[in-house]
Amino acid sequence: MNATLGWTQLALYLGLLILITKPLGLYLLQVLDANGRTWLDPILKPLERLTYRLGGVDPGKEQHWKHYTISMLIFSLITMLVTYVILRMQAILPLQHLFNPQGFPAVPDHLSFNTAMSFTTNTNWQSYSGESTMSYFSQMVALASQNFFSAAVGIAIAAALVRGIARDSMQTIGNFWVDLVRITYYLLLPICLVYAIFLVSQGMIQNFKPYDAAALTEKETIQVQKTDASGNPVKDAKGNPVMVPQVVDTQSIPEGPMASQMAIKMLGTNGGGYTNANASHPFENPTPFSNFIQMLSIFSIGSALTYYLGRMVKNPGHGWSVWAAMTFLFLTGFFVCWHYETVGNPILTQLGVDPADGNMEGKEVRFGITNSALFATITTDASCGAVNCMHDSLTPLGGLVPLFNIELGEVVFGGVGAGLYGMLVFVITAVFIAGLMVGRTPEYLGKKIQSFEVKMSMLVLLVLAMDILGFTAWACVSDWGKAGLNNNGPHGFSEMLYAYSSVTGNNGSAFAGLTASTYWYDTTLAVGMFIGRFLMIIPIMAIAGSLAAKKLVPPGPGSFPVSGGTFTLLLIGTVLLVGALNFLPALTLGPVVEHFLMWSGKLF
Amino acid sequence: MEILMSIFKEIKISVIVTLVLLIVCCGIYPLVIYGVGQAFFPRQANGSIVLDGSGKPIASTLLGQDFSADKYFNPRPSAAGTGSDFRYDSTSSGGSNYGATSQALHDAVAQRIADYRKANNLAADASVPADAAEASASGLDPHISIKNALLQVPRVAKARNMSEDDLKKLVDQYTDGRDFGILGEPGVNIIKLNLALDGKYK
Repeated sequence: MNATLGWTQLALYLGLLILITKPLGLYLLQVLDANGRTWLDPILKPLERLTYRLGGVDPGKEQHWKHYTISMLIFSLITMLVTYVILRMQAILPLQHLFNPQGFPAVPDHLSFNTAMSFTTNTNWQSYSGESTMSYFSQMVALASQNFFSAAVGIAIAAALVRGIARDSMQTIGNFWVDLVRITYYLLLPICLVYAIFLVSQGMIQNFKPYDAAALTEKETIQVQKTDASGNPVKDAKGNPVMVPQVVDTQSIPEGPMASQMAIKMLGTNGGGYTNANASHPFENPTPFSNFIQMLSIFSIGSALTYYLGRMVKNPGHGWSVWAAMTFLFLTGFFVCWHYETVGNPILTQLGVDPADGNMEGKEVRFGITNSALFATITTDASCGAVNCMHDSLTPLGGLVPLFNIELGEVVFGGVGAGLYGMLVFVITAVFIAGLMVGRTPEYLGKKIQSFEVKMSMLVLLVLAMDILGFTAWACVSDWGKAGLNNNGPHGFSEMLYAYSSVTGNNGSAFAGLTASTYWYDTTLAVGMFIGRFLMIIPIMAIAGSLAAKKLVPPGPGSFPVSGGTFTLLLIGTVLLVGALNFLPALTLGPVVEHFLMWSGKLF
Repeated sequence: MEILMSIFKEIKISVIVTLVLLIVCCGIYPLVIYGVGQAFFPRQANGSIVLDGSGKPIASTLLGQDFSADKYFNPRPSAAGTGSDFRYDSTSSGGSNYGATSQALHDAVAQRIADYRKANNLAADASVPADAAEASASGLDPHISIKNALLQVPRVAKARNMSEDDLKKLVDQYTDGRDFGILGEPGVNIIKLNLALDGKYK
């Protein structure tokens, strides 16, 4: 641990993020314009045209917001179906020796449903353990496809909303198919090509060979449950399982096409790991350098989108003001998490753990405290959900940060697209509150904010809170809910609260001790993901359509400026206030009370 | 009727566009990465495998293994594996997921601290490096902290009849430093180090 180097790494991270925001934002302006020009046109334009021609898409024709939404919903449904079917059929698809060399059986139905929903909604919650469940084909096609699609859909929705804000007296907000295709071809694919090769160079695997069996230097004898000929566990007279010794002399080393999938997992803020341990696994995150670039890629598109917003509404200061509010919330969260992880766990310090080392339970040596706290904050500010440390084993208040980040709606850069459209809901709320305070009709960039927009914004915020708190409450008082817990006491409650927060926010990280691969959890979590994704998008698209149709009012002396320090502070205040009002009681029952119990040495 | 037709049209577009994107994003793209990876970074792309004299795999330099004998540097506690006492099970990566107030975590750490002090001949109140007492996130962490490695040097040197200075040089040789001197934390790669001690890794 070296505090100076910690600050240096943070400064480097923030500096690089600022540096890429404008160039990537400028590039987004071209990608998200159906007639935009990029330097990749010579290669990609023919592919783009071919895709439109095959699909029968007229790229020149824009859609009404309802039409845009229906296209998006149908596309999501079809791709979800593809993912589900592949998972169910992974054991009988052709070329098994190449694409399923480990011979994994079909993924069970509730798990396939949960996983398909999870990847379609950009949640990437993992109820499964990738390296012992998913065939190479499932990883490469069923899961990686959704990493591209759900990311592209998120960015498309954000672009549609920004167009709605920027336009006036118009009925259309863009063409979903054009946005989808252009985002995938011009933005996601080119970056992933370079990025995935970088990841391979750092030690990430990309192959199609069977798992390697490495002969262990030290053989081990373990006790395993005895099973009869039909595979059922044998029990003794008292009903206890019979254990038999078994010698383990090899380590089965996972292989497969990992790098291509991990690049888009990070860039698209998906977060679904190839392995169970996600980005803490040495293959999925081999070096501190790969870790740094992964963290940068999580924020990159979300940050660039704020610049895109500023340029589209012809008020660059507005984009940067939103950016500043996000950065403030990001840094605050990080400092809290960093502090409490550095202090560590007093219970373990008392046993003799060196207090200088901080809390290393569930962390990797190569990342240490600083990069684990940084990653945990970033992955939950954005709706990424990849983890390089186990959030379940963070200290109570260190773990409160990722939890609260998700509950704020992941509006700090946020999921690709989702972060911006989520933040714009808060912008509308903030403008509304400011209007109430000065007693004028609220305006946003020359448009009157009326009851329809405010109702839709409130709908989004209320749906999220109800989804999280409702399901958590249900799980708390149900046997199926309590059966999945890995920890007792307040931390057990936190595990459930985190799970439903994570799926509602489409984050996908977990207090992973929770055993969620049961019918009840898989199903309720999947419903939570659906609500958190689509019941949020639909009101937002309605706002986009309504704003696009409004007439522009020339700015007067009473107009509230949406750039500058006052606006940024008001926005931060709104985000924190709404989050605190909704979730402080629940957080008090979980991490806050656990913090005080930890310092009094109470164990569960 | 018109609405039905237009929904049917959207379904048709969805299916075709999905197919085209699948071919590009899940066919061509991963195969290009496969080709480039195999051509330029074959060792990394295939799992950073260490082979023995006869060409059989014995480890990956990225994945930890359990070494419990005195003559080896012992890895971090690992929660990988499903319920059995086999640690470093690379088909079941993951952490303990115990929270700070967990009795099970408390008991496990207390036991590890006692074992570590005994194995390395430390005082009964000596503080133990956190990475030696607390399990990693992946359960497959190939590194231990430098502090942890140096505390194990006297034990390993004695078991191998080596001088401590020679051993410390080896520890230093197999320490992965911070990237660019800034990023991450340094760690001793115990796979490389232990295999090198046995003459199986150079």
